[in-house]
Amino acid sequence: MKVRLLDIAHARSGDKGDTANVGVIALKPEWYPVLQQHLTQDAVADHFDGAIDGPVERFELPNLNALNFLLHGALDGGGTLSLKTDAQGKVYSTALLRMVVTVADDEAAAAGLPGYMGSQ
Amino acid sequence: MKDIVRVASGQGFWGDSLDAPRQQVEGGDIDYLMLDYLAEVTMSILQKQKERDPSMGYARDFVGAIESVLPGIINRGVKVIANAGGVNPPACAAAVRDLIGTESGAENVRIAVVTGDDLLDRLDELGEAGHALANMETGEPLSTIRDQVVSANAYIGSMPIVEGLSRGANIVITGRSTDTALTMAPLRFEFGWADDDWDKLAAGIIAGHIIECGAQCSGGNCLYDWKSIDNLANVGYPIAEARRDGTFVITKHDGTGGRVSVPSVTEQLVYEMGDPHEYITPDVVADFTTIRLEDAGKDRVRVHGIKGRPATDKLKVSVAYRAGYKAVGTLVYSWPEAVEKAQAADRILRERLDRLGLKFDQVLTELVGVSSTHGVLATRGDGEREVPEVQLRVGVRGDNRKDVERFTREIAPLVLNGPPSVTGFAGGRPKVEEIVAYWPALIHKSVITTNVEIV
Repeated sequence: MKVRLLDIAHARSGDKGDTANVGVIALKPEWYPVLQQHLTQDAVADHFDGAIDGPVERFELPNLNALNFLLHGALDGGGTLSLKTDAQGKVYSTALLRMVVTVADDEAAAAGLPGYMGSQ
Repeated sequence: MKDIVRVASGQGFWGDSLDAPRQQVEGGDIDYLMLDYLAEVTMSILQKQKERDPSMGYARDFVGAIESVLPGIINRGVKVIANAGGVNPPACAAAVRDLIGTESGAENVRIAVVTGDDLLDRLDELGEAGHALANMETGEPLSTIRDQVVSANAYIGSMPIVEGLSRGANIVITGRSTDTALTMAPLRFEFGWADDDWDKLAAGIIAGHIIECGAQCSGGNCLYDWKSIDNLANVGYPIAEARRDGTFVITKHDGTGGRVSVPSVTEQLVYEMGDPHEYITPDVVADFTTIRLEDAGKDRVRVHGIKGRPATDKLKVSVAYRAGYKAVGTLVYSWPEAVEKAQAADRILRERLDRLGLKFDQVLTELVGVSSTHGVLATRGDGEREVPEVQLRVGVRGDNRKDVERFTREIAPLVLNGPPSVTGFAGGRPKVEEIVAYWPALIHKSVITTNVEIV
């Protein structure tokens, strides 16, 4: 079953130089394992392919049902150097929430995940 | 000693709501008001002001903020901690002293001024002593940009603020201290936490991280269930209600708008976070993976379980340096075929810049209304988009001011010379902006000596 991140998580993003950080938080604690399993470093790097110039780092915060991603080379230099509308990475959060993952039907049913019908 | 200390945030950044300080002081009981004025390049703006006028170089809004809360300071013993001093903390204190003047009770108001963070006049001496002040991201030594440096400050921690409070200050004014120290220092002072009580110091730092962006933890910029968050026109700024054991509750005054909830606090916790295991500050290294949050009633979130580790032997240094010029021009194109028209205008503009032989380090085009926030992620797999309108936004950046200036004169001609259905140009020619960029470095703590004076 396809599941869109926006339907199972919320997020906030910020900046550190030319890196954007995105903290992704499960909407319900029981959905955190889905994030943990499906939001791998590679999967997120794939999602941002063509949008950022550097690698992706991943950290887990099980105490907050959250993951933190560092997206390097995301901000055209960042801060005052950047020409971007989003020079400080404040809407990389919703960029990540666009991501759609594929979850096994029985796992999705057991967790009560909302399915996503649209195209990515 | 108090059992509970209430630290209220009255400002998340310079440019935040002018009313928040007064609303925090008048909206209920608080012990400390914390105000944060310094974003990364604010110091360079203040340094330029000081170069033009040596009595300037601090955040002037702070004087107005103090005026708005003066009765609270004089009559109710509310103390104020702020990094409004910028590159001239003594001048800031003098301006506040002038304001307080001869108010009844003014003679009892003591102001602590913290200095020692400013490294601008010491850069060459430090360089000769072998401190490279290498850029933390690129590794380049400061010597690469030495001639373009505008300001240089070490981020100092909580100890000088604690010293000011222990010497009876009602108002503590610092230059560049870490934002989190502004909240942690009063807690450390009131509860007598030891220098090596890492868990409690870390808790104070995390309380500071939660409230340092003002209402961004109490319902503002909150994605979780955002439509049901009420009355943001009167949003309550956050208050950390801390206990000696290092646990605390995040809350806000009754009758204010917004919402303090586990989701709103969690969003703020992950904001601007790197490696969560190692949140490094001058006083302690905090571990964000140990934070436990729980709902403690309406607009109350309890925070506990925090662990910390010993501080490092270094301080972060923020250097601001001149890094060229930039300008951004915009035009709005309407339906039909708005996107195509905007793209055609962009091609014409870029060809003009080429023909004029203008040199830029970067030319960036965005289509606001289509892809300026999410770029390729927004347009992946899409066919032609029919939107009501789109804003073409083109920015350039480079070392040559004349070239950037010439770019700004190439926007308006597109109105008569370019694709049809264009508007949104009445704002006049875009301004050329000098870029002052941020250079983060590290320096050994032994090199910095802070000074606290009571005025």
